[in-house]
Amino acid sequence: MKLLFERSRPGRRECLLPPCDVPAAAFSSSALRASAPRLPEISEIDLGRHYTELASQTHGVNKGFYPLGSCTMKYNPRINEEMAALPGFTDIHPLQPVETAQGCLEVLYEAERLLCEITGMDGMTFQPAAGAHGEYTGLLLIRRYHQSRNDAARTKIIVPDSAHGTNPASASMAGFTVVSVPSNADGGVDIEALRKAVGPDAAGLMLTNPNTLGLFDPNILEITRIVHEAGGLCYYDGANLNAVMGQARPGDMGFDCVHLNLHKTFSTPHGGGGPGSGPAGCKAFLEPFLPSPRVRKENGRYSLYDPERSLGRVRSFYGNFLVVVRALTYILTLGREGIPEASAMAVLNANYLMKKLAGHYDMAYDALCMHEFVMTLEKLKNETGVSAMDVAKSLLDYGIHPPTMYFPLIVHEALMVEPTETESPETLDAAADAFLAILEKAKTDAAYLHGAPHRCPIGRPDEVRAARVPVLRWNFDSENDK
Amino acid sequence: MGNYIPATAEERQAMLATLGLRSVDELFASVPAEVRVRSLNLPDGLSEMEVSRKIGDLAAKNIRFRSVFRGAGAYRHYIPAVVKTVTSREEFVTAYTPYQAEISQGVLQSIFEYQTQICELTGMDVSNASVYDGAVAAAEAALMCLERRRHGVLVAGSADPQTIAVIQTYCESRSVPVTVLPTKNGAVDPADLTAALSDETACVYVQSPNYYGVLEDMDALTAAAHEAGARMVMSANPISLGLLKTPGEYGADIAVGEGQPLGLPLSFGGPYLGFMACKKELMRRLPGRIVGQTEDHEGRRCFVLTLQAREQHIRREKASSNICSNEALCAMTASVYLAAMGPQGLRRAAENSAAHAHYLAAELAKIPGFALRHQGREFFHEFLTDCPMDPERLCAALAERGILGGLPVEGGLLWCCTELCGKKDMDELITAIREVCAQ
Amino acid sequence: MSHTPADLRYAASHEWIKNEDGLSVIGLTDFAQSSLGDIVFIDLPQVGDPVTVGESFADVESVKAVSGVFSPVSGTVAAVNDALLDNPALLNEKPYEAWLIKVSDVSEVGDLLDDAAYDAVCKSEEA
Repeated sequence: MKLLFERSRPGRRECLLPPCDVPAAAFSSSALRASAPRLPEISEIDLGRHYTELASQTHGVNKGFYPLGSCTMKYNPRINEEMAALPGFTDIHPLQPVETAQGCLEVLYEAERLLCEITGMDGMTFQPAAGAHGEYTGLLLIRRYHQSRNDAARTKIIVPDSAHGTNPASASMAGFTVVSVPSNADGGVDIEALRKAVGPDAAGLMLTNPNTLGLFDPNILEITRIVHEAGGLCYYDGANLNAVMGQARPGDMGFDCVHLNLHKTFSTPHGGGGPGSGPAGCKAFLEPFLPSPRVRKENGRYSLYDPERSLGRVRSFYGNFLVVVRALTYILTLGREGIPEASAMAVLNANYLMKKLAGHYDMAYDALCMHEFVMTLEKLKNETGVSAMDVAKSLLDYGIHPPTMYFPLIVHEALMVEPTETESPETLDAAADAFLAILEKAKTDAAYLHGAPHRCPIGRPDEVRAARVPVLRWNFDSENDK
Repeated sequence: MGNYIPATAEERQAMLATLGLRSVDELFASVPAEVRVRSLNLPDGLSEMEVSRKIGDLAAKNIRFRSVFRGAGAYRHYIPAVVKTVTSREEFVTAYTPYQAEISQGVLQSIFEYQTQICELTGMDVSNASVYDGAVAAAEAALMCLERRRHGVLVAGSADPQTIAVIQTYCESRSVPVTVLPTKNGAVDPADLTAALSDETACVYVQSPNYYGVLEDMDALTAAAHEAGARMVMSANPISLGLLKTPGEYGADIAVGEGQPLGLPLSFGGPYLGFMACKKELMRRLPGRIVGQTEDHEGRRCFVLTLQAREQHIRREKASSNICSNEALCAMTASVYLAAMGPQGLRRAAENSAAHAHYLAAELAKIPGFALRHQGREFFHEFLTDCPMDPERLCAALAERGILGGLPVEGGLLWCCTELCGKKDMDELITAIREVCAQ
Repeated sequence: MSHTPADLRYAASHEWIKNEDGLSVIGLTDFAQSSLGDIVFIDLPQVGDPVTVGESFADVESVKAVSGVFSPVSGTVAAVNDALLDNPALLNEKPYEAWLIKVSDVSEVGDLLDDAAYDAVCKSEEA
């Protein structure tokens, strides 16, 4: 495919803006750039065709099955998009007087109220723009809490070894040192190791539940009690909330603060990497520390205020507002019955697909799973040379986005599969057939799988070359580039 | 009511039977009974028609202004029609991060194009694929500059106050001291910077055009920072870069900014777009996703996420940033905008915005009590004036006429003009102000 | 099975060391490079920097991993192998020729293993 810059022709332009109707502003010559940026000069028809071609080489969940573990790639309803595109939202300045933005504030207030009910929290901020940003915000709440009690010794955050990489990275950014605790044989938190890890220096525990193995920790109440008894707080990573929303609430499990991924659990699209939204919620005792500003309602009017002991700001304005509009639309659509029905169906779909594959592929844990399950292809690799990567790349030829590969780190040759509730049985059956066909091929023609994919626009890219000799922008001087 | 679940009741029973189960409740056996939800205090679900009305009613409660003379970090520019149609394509909207390059070339190539455009705009060597917003870009840039022996951050007091607040949050949690530099007549005095610099200063953060719209003395400030061995992080309005000198030309080490003016609507503050670009030497410190060019085994040009060893999923607690999701679709929006506008269109957006602002400043100065605050300073498309009455009350009166006036700041008003604020709109504003002041 | 020359000494953290002209020469073992895979970048200290036993003095990156390189001795960096900065692939191709740094003024030496003992370490990590 040609790049925009390769389609550019000098002098080609569109008539988008009128000539200026007042005299030009005079700038001193030292304030002006020496030459114009080399932006593409391109006609509208070529621009449209360019992106149509790019779109044809992009796989989204509305194009095909996307069982990417821990990413909850459920259907992104069109009504959400239509609501987020209403000019009554898109044309509102974030600093216009609150009396003129009552609808926006009501969106934030209502979404906070409903998500607090779903999580068992008392307050929530939408300022974090993504999950990792929400983790950071939640950890800052924990930090502020201990500071407010002059408990300076609490510098450690405990993270299980099955956690997402963002957990330890967020803890570091929030100024904590990270203590990793191992998982037990059942994939849950090793209770004895946790007891040893919590002490007067423990600020808290970060936990994903169900965890990255797709398992709900049956000891959850004991886990949060151990941390609380040692004086620490419990943080809930909401990446996997889709398994339990409406079934069990982090607040009732003993968690003090949470973050959610609206772009996973609450059906807002991921946009090829963002924008997301990672609201951070907390119990009442942490609310005074939430970021500024918050929304309140008095006598039917909405306004903004700064919490008394606010941790400050983690982003400008109020977060990714239009993503919140989409999530609110979704929650109002599903409602009281739809929310638990979605999680139940997410779990049923995962177990159904796992059952169809078990006996052919090895599962990392032999138990009912929640919304996702992890396979280990170690034996397959030893016997046939076909790796998790080969199987993943082979799925591309079936029009299926591969599962998450090589994660969690504690499972060798891992593939993590999350079908979500919005897939039909026939889609799951077709995916199972693809997995089994690949397995048969592994036994007869491993070389074919090493070379997969065979029917995609490109084959496997040379990642080593990309990293050794980084080419990170178009080079205008090398016209002979392919 | 709606739930987007395709499986019918019969199909669900059949699936359960495959598992040897009778009800979905059995799937939640590992969840302790004490924490199972008995009843959820949520409203009943709605049909699409009902929810559409309900959300539509909320949108209708907001007031859309015919004329917007307020910026302060969020700018209403003209958005070409092609930008909206391209970026609402389902393939782009509903993709995840492009981990699987073979079926993600569209997203990957668009990010590569975006990175190139940001480098061109800023005069830098390397751009990342975006961060959350301009304020976070500034904070991440400050953290990028930390060295074992250089641990302090200096921030221009003339920068956007929200950005300063975010830098303070990010630095406080890393125990990095932040000093806010004083301003004189709406800009930082290079002598004040020199006095504040030490051999422990990691970087200096300056926004130009700054919060007041004023162009800072970037040559002198950059020279002072480099003299002391500190890095310069410069924030710029991307529209201004169609016309004004780039961070690269000033010698800045890192360029950041809020990309919202590049084709993104106001949207009550988000989603927005943080852009970040730097000199080649800092490439491996740049946080976030980066797309690189490579080849597949048949020698076809293609694009992949690269330099991933910087990132949290590999480095975990040793990563310098935790960023994972970014604002990819907003970056694509900016890229389509820049391609649609081209160098001439972007320059015209910048020139018209600046021309309108200068016309408005001159017209306002003719009304008693609306003198320009920062006399003798060059400004781009924002400026601060005095206000002879309560600024909030003036803005309320303007709002009744469908006009969003300047933002009340430091007892005055911070005005902004873009290409959308034409002469007719400005003359109408001036008339309205004269009327209100006469009352 | 990775290669372990008998004339070198090893740290359990996968560095080799030898003495040459009064300097301690330090590199990365064959086992280390093969576990990392294709090395794409290395970040080396500067001449004059201090190194300490057991502390990381460099980071090596492959496409999917990053690892610290730990010093088997304490002393001062006397030379760095600049060729690696441009061509980190040398670490994969010739691990025992592609030295990283040379250290002078050695004040302390950590626990070193001979080839047989180091092979045993590698074997236990593979299991």
